[in-house]
Amino acid sequence: MRSAVSFSLPSRILHWLMAVMILGMLFIGVFMAATVGPGYHRLVTLHRPLGIAILVLAILRLGNRLRTPPPPLPADLPPLMKAGAKASHILLYVLMIALPLVGWGMLSAADYPIPLWGEAMRLPPILPHDPALWAWLRSAHTVLAFLLFGLVLAHLGAALFHGLIRRDGVLSSMVRRGSPD
Amino acid sequence: MATNPVVPPASALRWLGVVAAPAALALAFLWAGGWLTPGRLTQVGILDALREGGGMQPGFRRNHAKGVCVGGWFEGTGNAAGLSAATVLQQRRVPVVGRFALAGGLPFQADAPAKVRSMALRLMPPDGREWRMGINDIPVFPVRTPQEFHDLQLASRPDPATGKPDPARMRAFRAGHPWLQPAMEQVARRPLASGFADDTYRSLDSFLFVAANGMKTAVRWAMVPVRPVMPADGHADDHDYLFRQVIDDIHAHPLQWHLMVTVAGAGDAIDDPSRTWARDDRQIDAGTLTLTTIESEEGGPCTGITFDPLVLPAGMAPSGDPILSARSAAYMRSFFLRSGERAAAPAVTPGMTATPAGTKDNKS
Repeated sequence: MRSAVSFSLPSRILHWLMAVMILGMLFIGVFMAATVGPGYHRLVTLHRPLGIAILVLAILRLGNRLRTPPPPLPADLPPLMKAGAKASHILLYVLMIALPLVGWGMLSAADYPIPLWGEAMRLPPILPHDPALWAWLRSAHTVLAFLLFGLVLAHLGAALFHGLIRRDGVLSSMVRRGSPD
Repeated sequence: MATNPVVPPASALRWLGVVAAPAALALAFLWAGGWLTPGRLTQVGILDALREGGGMQPGFRRNHAKGVCVGGWFEGTGNAAGLSAATVLQQRRVPVVGRFALAGGLPFQADAPAKVRSMALRLMPPDGREWRMGINDIPVFPVRTPQEFHDLQLASRPDPATGKPDPARMRAFRAGHPWLQPAMEQVARRPLASGFADDTYRSLDSFLFVAANGMKTAVRWAMVPVRPVMPADGHADDHDYLFRQVIDDIHAHPLQWHLMVTVAGAGDAIDDPSRTWARDDRQIDAGTLTLTTIESEEGGPCTGITFDPLVLPAGMAPSGDPILSARSAAYMRSFFLRSGERAAAPAVTPGMTATPAGTKDNKS
């Protein structure tokens, strides 16, 4: 019974890898944006390459998603819930790509150098030097990060709702290999 | 096949399972952002203390607010290239954007001989491996941690009744921080130079030079003026005499400093900027700074950037000095806030920094 179709292995690997990276990134971000402690510089140094890695993975993942459609949601799920799921997934993809770009853009507008790994590699600026734009993007980076964190919490709550309350196979389609029963 | 209800009946325990994980994450997130620990010192806490200690004006830097932009070049001797692989220290000329400023948050404060002066520099080699610094004309930093900096700002904040720091509060700070007594005395008793041009500016914090082979060397550095140091004298009648003086100086001829790198000796405190280093440490003349232009912050090239001391080229790294990370964080926050605000005209106006009529190329 129930949907026994799972996400493909690459989809599941990308999902869980990015889940860890994005949650880590959000916690690093909110901590470093407040702290004046010794971790500040180390965390900023880690935040940049991790953000770029998420950007690259998110683009790969978007391609993967467009090529291999996800398993269908349960047929008996009310249309409103289906619409909510679809909209939140689209917004998750948008933010996974937009947040690193806004971060890169804001450092460009502030005329900060953007070293990635040690000093071995530096990113070029993607926006002109413009302090007002930097201030605006720096605010946008915070607002979008809070929005992404809220979406991640809702996504997690919804997954647990499917897994523990409805027990409709939606959670397991991302957790384990699909098996025809 | 029977259709499921949208929300099937489930035990309270299962519902707890649904809610617990997101709630725990939300709490951890609030903790990480400092919202659950109001006592923890944050970037906003540092800027609030600066505002109480020295005032604040929208659109201006939260500290070292009164300043002027300068420009010129740095020419390395190559003498420090054995200790650091930084390309900026090699024997060649790189363009520099800089800034002279007075410490404190008020952009319209009156110049006075004993106010702390600073030089900020951005050295820009063509390979993009730039070096930024903010260096000050005091012998040591008066504190060794961000918390002490915060507490000192509050202890020295002006009493609304007198406009001067409350002596009782300062006594209490000193009594509570006996280990800072030598540093505070050294700052208070430092010899004063006459202006920006004959002043010596020190990194205060320690850094690591990293050689091409990976060897790390703890260093501090200073910009030591080429021109002889003149004794300070007050100009009570001129609110901006220090800035007028340096504008005249640079219009008259280029100003030069030697970048003197001090290599830490065995007994020197690397991670404590409140302690001086031994007098017999090895000194290296790493290059010469030449400043040839001066411009108001209004439209000047030093306004839209921050002189974050942790913007370091490959070949340099932060030491464990806790003040460095705090400076980097507070500079970012100040740069972010002021960039979103509309600034009034600065104390040093474009009219004041204009080349005197009839000289150089100012013929239009």
